[in-house]
Amino acid sequence: MSCVEQMKYKLYLERTSFKDARDYIKKNSEEVYEVDPGYKIFKDYYIIGVPPVLMGVRGKEMLFTYVKPCHGTFVMGIDSDEEIARLRENEKAKIKKSLKSGGPKAQADSGTAPASFAEMYKK
Amino acid sequence: MSEGKKALLVMGCPEVPVQMSMVIYLTHKLKKSGWDVTVAGTDAAVKLLKAADPESYYVQNTVDLDELIASVVEKKVDYDVCFAFMHSDAGMTYGATFSAISRARLFAVVFGKNAEALAESIDYPAEKIVAKATHNPNPLKNKIDKVAL
Repeated sequence: MSCVEQMKYKLYLERTSFKDARDYIKKNSEEVYEVDPGYKIFKDYYIIGVPPVLMGVRGKEMLFTYVKPCHGTFVMGIDSDEEIARLRENEKAKIKKSLKSGGPKAQADSGTAPASFAEMYKK
Repeated sequence: MSEGKKALLVMGCPEVPVQMSMVIYLTHKLKKSGWDVTVAGTDAAVKLLKAADPESYYVQNTVDLDELIASVVEKKVDYDVCFAFMHSDAGMTYGATFSAISRARLFAVVFGKNAEALAESIDYPAEKIVAKATHNPNPLKNKIDKVAL
């Protein structure tokens, strides 16, 4: 049994498909984050899912999918400032990484950026 | 050829009878070819397996599914091939997770009444072994026998 089952949680969808659970999170969250399958939350729960795996934030509550082989997918909500902060940090790190490794900013900045307007006009 | 290579069989919910039969069959077949085989499942699935094979004649290594996922994510263990058994959306979702977290060559073993529709919903990298089998294992066994590793 995972630690999340021993925490104080709310169930918003029960025994549904992963797709429906994902749609619920998308429609009912103030912030939506995409994580990789296997993203760890709390002490020992690794998110099971078909990419894109979504996690939502609604007030102080974090919404996520919980999959059990014999019972299908559940949408759970647990209040956790710490996990929400970690989710936001994770997103920031992803953006930073994508900018460093060829995202739009990196492409704009790459190689031949002029040092001055004069140089730019020369081009 | 397969000596020392590691195979993982991931059981889904054990409610469809062909699964247990095929897990034991495939484990035996892989072992005879030199594979080191581990079978993962829920507590109920592993209990069913152990009750059917009390002296571990066919299956020597079993592991709890959630613990295994933790170990693969933490890069403590990984496999060369993975056969993910599935007959439901939840099973398909576990397959997607293995596709993302493991470097194993993944086979989605899809069975049950809705095997074809379920197989169509798989859009992650996996080789599909599909048979509309619930009680009779032969359609699935015949497909498994055609897999070349």
